[in-house]
Amino acid sequence: MMACLLEAPLRISVLSEVTATSRHYVDRLFDPDPQNVLQGVIDMKNAVIGNNKQKANLIVLGAVPRLLYLLQQSSSSLELRTECAVVLGSLAMGTENNIKSLVDCHIIPALLQGLLCSDLIFIEACLRCLRTVFISPVTPVQLLYTDPTVIPHLMSLLSRSRHTKEYITQIFAHCCKTPEHQTVLFNHSAIQNIAPLLISPSDKVRMQALKCFSVLAYENTQVSMTLVNVLVDGEQLSQVFVRMMQRDKPIEMQLTAAKCLTYMCRAGAIRTDDNCIILKTLPCLVRMCSKERLLEERVEGAETLAYLMEPDVELQRIASFTDHLVSMLADYFKYPSSVSAITDIKRLDHDLKHAHELRQAAFKLYASLGSNDEDIRKKITETENMMDRIVSGLSESSIKVRLAAVRCLHSLSRSVQQLRTSFHDHAVWKPLMKLLQNAPDEVLVMASSTLCNLLLEFSPSKEPILDSGVIELLCSLTQSDSPALRVNGIWALMNMAFQADQKVKVEIVRALGTEQLFRLLSDPDTNVLMKTLGLLRNLLSTRPHIDQIMSSHGKQIMQAVTLILEGEHSIEVKEQTLCILANIADGNTAKELIMTNDDMLQKIKYYMGHSNVKLQLAATFCISNLIWNEEDGSQERQDKLKDMGFVDILHKLTQASDPNLCDRAKTAMQQYLA
Amino acid sequence: MSGPSSGCGFLMSVVVHGDLALNEQEKDLNQRLRRLYPAVNEEETPLPRSWSPKDKFSYIGLSQNNLRVHYKGHGKTPKDAASVRATHPIPAACGVYYFEVKIISKGRDGYVKYMGIGLSAQGVNMNRLPGWDKHSYGYHGDDGHSFCSSGTGQPYGPTFTTGDVIGCCVNLINNTCFYTKNGHSLGIAFTDLPPNLYPTVGLQTPGEVVDANFGQHPFVFDIEDYMREWRTKIQAQIDRFPIGEREGEWQAMIQKMVASYLVHHSYCATAEVFAKSTDQAVHEELASIKNRQKIQKLVLSGRMGEAIETTQQLYPSLLELNPDLLFMLKVRQFIEMVNGTDSEVRCLGGRSPKSQDSYPGSPRLFNSPVHKVEMEVDHFSNGVSESSSNGFLNGSSTHGIDLEECDGDMVDSAQSKRQLCGGSQAAIERMIQFGRELQSMSEHLRRERGKNSANKKMLKDAFSLLAYSDPWISPVGYQLDSIRREPVCSTLNSAILETHNLPKQPPLALAVGQAAQCLSLMARTGSGSCAFASVDDYLH
Repeated sequence: MMACLLEAPLRISVLSEVTATSRHYVDRLFDPDPQNVLQGVIDMKNAVIGNNKQKANLIVLGAVPRLLYLLQQSSSSLELRTECAVVLGSLAMGTENNIKSLVDCHIIPALLQGLLCSDLIFIEACLRCLRTVFISPVTPVQLLYTDPTVIPHLMSLLSRSRHTKEYITQIFAHCCKTPEHQTVLFNHSAIQNIAPLLISPSDKVRMQALKCFSVLAYENTQVSMTLVNVLVDGEQLSQVFVRMMQRDKPIEMQLTAAKCLTYMCRAGAIRTDDNCIILKTLPCLVRMCSKERLLEERVEGAETLAYLMEPDVELQRIASFTDHLVSMLADYFKYPSSVSAITDIKRLDHDLKHAHELRQAAFKLYASLGSNDEDIRKKITETENMMDRIVSGLSESSIKVRLAAVRCLHSLSRSVQQLRTSFHDHAVWKPLMKLLQNAPDEVLVMASSTLCNLLLEFSPSKEPILDSGVIELLCSLTQSDSPALRVNGIWALMNMAFQADQKVKVEIVRALGTEQLFRLLSDPDTNVLMKTLGLLRNLLSTRPHIDQIMSSHGKQIMQAVTLILEGEHSIEVKEQTLCILANIADGNTAKELIMTNDDMLQKIKYYMGHSNVKLQLAATFCISNLIWNEEDGSQERQDKLKDMGFVDILHKLTQASDPNLCDRAKTAMQQYLA
Repeated sequence: MSGPSSGCGFLMSVVVHGDLALNEQEKDLNQRLRRLYPAVNEEETPLPRSWSPKDKFSYIGLSQNNLRVHYKGHGKTPKDAASVRATHPIPAACGVYYFEVKIISKGRDGYVKYMGIGLSAQGVNMNRLPGWDKHSYGYHGDDGHSFCSSGTGQPYGPTFTTGDVIGCCVNLINNTCFYTKNGHSLGIAFTDLPPNLYPTVGLQTPGEVVDANFGQHPFVFDIEDYMREWRTKIQAQIDRFPIGEREGEWQAMIQKMVASYLVHHSYCATAEVFAKSTDQAVHEELASIKNRQKIQKLVLSGRMGEAIETTQQLYPSLLELNPDLLFMLKVRQFIEMVNGTDSEVRCLGGRSPKSQDSYPGSPRLFNSPVHKVEMEVDHFSNGVSESSSNGFLNGSSTHGIDLEECDGDMVDSAQSKRQLCGGSQAAIERMIQFGRELQSMSEHLRRERGKNSANKKMLKDAFSLLAYSDPWISPVGYQLDSIRREPVCSTLNSAILETHNLPKQPPLALAVGQAAQCLSLMARTGSGSCAFASVDDYLH
């Protein structure tokens, strides 16, 4: 009101006039004569239709609690209660603020209570209002699930009329957002109750029923597995969905049906080589990406398609040559177009709003397309300005775009060819490094994983990345709480250490610190452990490096090796550890760390007699290095090991059935003969 | 004796089976083509059904009903390329046309597998692969490139080889073409295609064999789904056709058309109410409409004698000035006599014409061949009517009950009870006498006005009815069907209207006829959208 005082007098008078009429409507709700109240509500209904200002006024003036009171009073006539529900439904059709006010007035429990009434017209009015409230983004969907009796009651009302079908399915379709919601609806027979509605004569009912299935099946194996066995009027549900994807059906219906089949396929309920996927769902989704579709549809189409083919290379191949998909996606980056800016402000606004969504969807789809096949990756990188688009996508303000761009880059980075060429030409490592400085975990996981590939020894980007201070960054990743980040950090270091200069190796050991190194060796995540052992193995290669590192960290490394060999670990972990030991045995001075450790020698002996050939091989390799003739002190070592019974074991191994093991043992034996 | 003869029988049966299979395939083909391309008039523009043995290079061999193509040249250089075209160009009225080619063999090893599938115009050199020359378009298997009237290709799709099925779809609405591989659409390959292209394949490698499917078998690609999309598009375009500022005019015009249609067909009461409620003037006097209605009812109920008489009373000079029309009416009267429905024979059969209600149905829109048969109710409720002489009365019904839904079977069961001229001897004699009069009238007409083949045929057909013991199931029995009264009725009606200087066809029928004509003109001038705008779709 203070603000109003500052306005021009005319404005005040208009406003007060409006509030006066609005107040009159509210006053009539309190009339002692019920007949007048009813007429008042009916007049109010006619006054608010399509009038947002009036709606806001009535809400401010407190009409809602009174309407709810009248609606709930059992003394109110059914007609009055129904009209109240209709007016509330009308108020809900206004702005988001209206919805918030209604929800704050506890409209939801009141209307849900109303559904217990036996009168269908009243029930429909309540449902219509509930529908409008629940489909608003400001309403917490949880409110549908607070009272456990609500869902079964809604299920029982479902088939009452065309309207109950439409409103209830629409509520379900909007309020099923978590696996818990899916389970609640599933446990109350949502599938059996909603399936018959897919062949309802009403377009709206069919559409809402279809939407229910798409939200129910999303990443839900239980629902998906049930769906494949459902028959609607004697026909399999998947065939009903296929019919809904026919090209003369509304686009929304085609798209939603394709989503249902996609989710069922990803849950393993339908095979990826089933005709309904390969010949129907996939082409339908590709069509959704075409320029003829609305921007929203293109986004959803691309995202769903990316999800559908992510795990299947055959689908990726088919999609890659269907309807020029790869070049069609290039158009996703052309919004807002230069034309829209000049000609049409509304269009520009619309384009701007969807531009980010379009770009991230395209990146996702490219990532999915290129995740396995080298030819497809080549086709993608050859698309107009593709690498530039990824590079700029990596530094966009929208996290969604950045994440999708880095996913795309990651997918393409699996190509040796691309790492050598386009990745280097476009210096993608620069924005990638920048991205790694400060980003949410999910972006970091993708970015660091991509970095791992860029650090492979044949990658020309490896050198410039090394010079950019990447080691500190990777070492800090190994301290992350996220196992995925720890793996990527240590993995990148491992790749970096492969055939690296002494300088780099020393730098890695220094930056990581032995303490952290040993912490990683006892990491609960096997992947982290494996990559850490891999790093150690790469650090301990070529003799001078081995001796140098072992002279400064030998004690700790030997301790760690002992620990792992004694612990409960997989064959792979033990094999990797024995390989490290073999590398140590290859050093000049480092050898002594093993030779003077009888306990360790006993362990090697044990593994030479192990039932697993890989472990036998690695252990034999270790011994072979220790007794190698051309090195100083080989005679003493040979003697000592002979005394310990290794020659007998080697002799036995020359009879081994595995040819590699047999060869390795023979080579070792020759050292004694020479 | 039994040995050799059974062997012979066996051989014969094999041949018969082969023929059967062939016929079966032919039937499938015709059925599929009709379903896919209902708008195509094959008398004007036949559809491609096989490769042409005449329109090919000599290195091409054809087999399996001209569906299989194999290469028999040297295949050393591009000079050895060879193509074959289908028997006919693709008619525009297809709207969307599609054919598939299956690669049976990619040819002998050691050669580059040049193989092109596509389209070419008549006269394009067949010593080339499709796509290399002007008005020639192809998708090549060795590199997956598309060739658009040029020797250099553009990257287009994947390569293809033995076992692959390649489809080629021509959209005659926007003049584009896309290919499919194993049922997957590869996207637009060519735009701005010229009209009248022929399906074409070209080979250049010894041992290459491909099979065509012009509709003989189900297609791998779901072409019908693609067609559905275009049908929806075209129909939406029609539905949304802007009439702009002329909305009021539009409505008035439609009301006028409806009113004139009602008047034309003499629905007086309806016409009167409609004219009143839409505030229109009727350009014919009510009495005149009623007169026409009366005559039409007589014709449609088969009472031709009365119809002629009434016409002569109400429009004295009409039939005098139109002897051909009178002749036609009389011939129809003769047919109705045979049928036992004409008033003259009916009296002789002992039945009062008054007991017969007039034709209860209404004249149908544009003489559409809807089979509608009314029957006497007591006949089929009792099985045998008490007046067995008139067990079946074509087009008449005592109680005016319309039994449209159950016509087929009933007609058959009633047929055995039908008798010539209702079964009365006197009526037969009258019919024969009438026939003689008709004969002399015909001779008179010929002398007066010269030969008229239509009249001659009409009379001959009518007289032929007498050559059969049961005229109703004879090859000329169709004349006895009540449906055949409708053209007679509308010709007479038009003639009456013409004498009043009113149009002999209602504007509505004219508009419908014009729309249909327009569509066939579109088909001839290459506008493919005519395929998805059938007039019939809008008449319901």
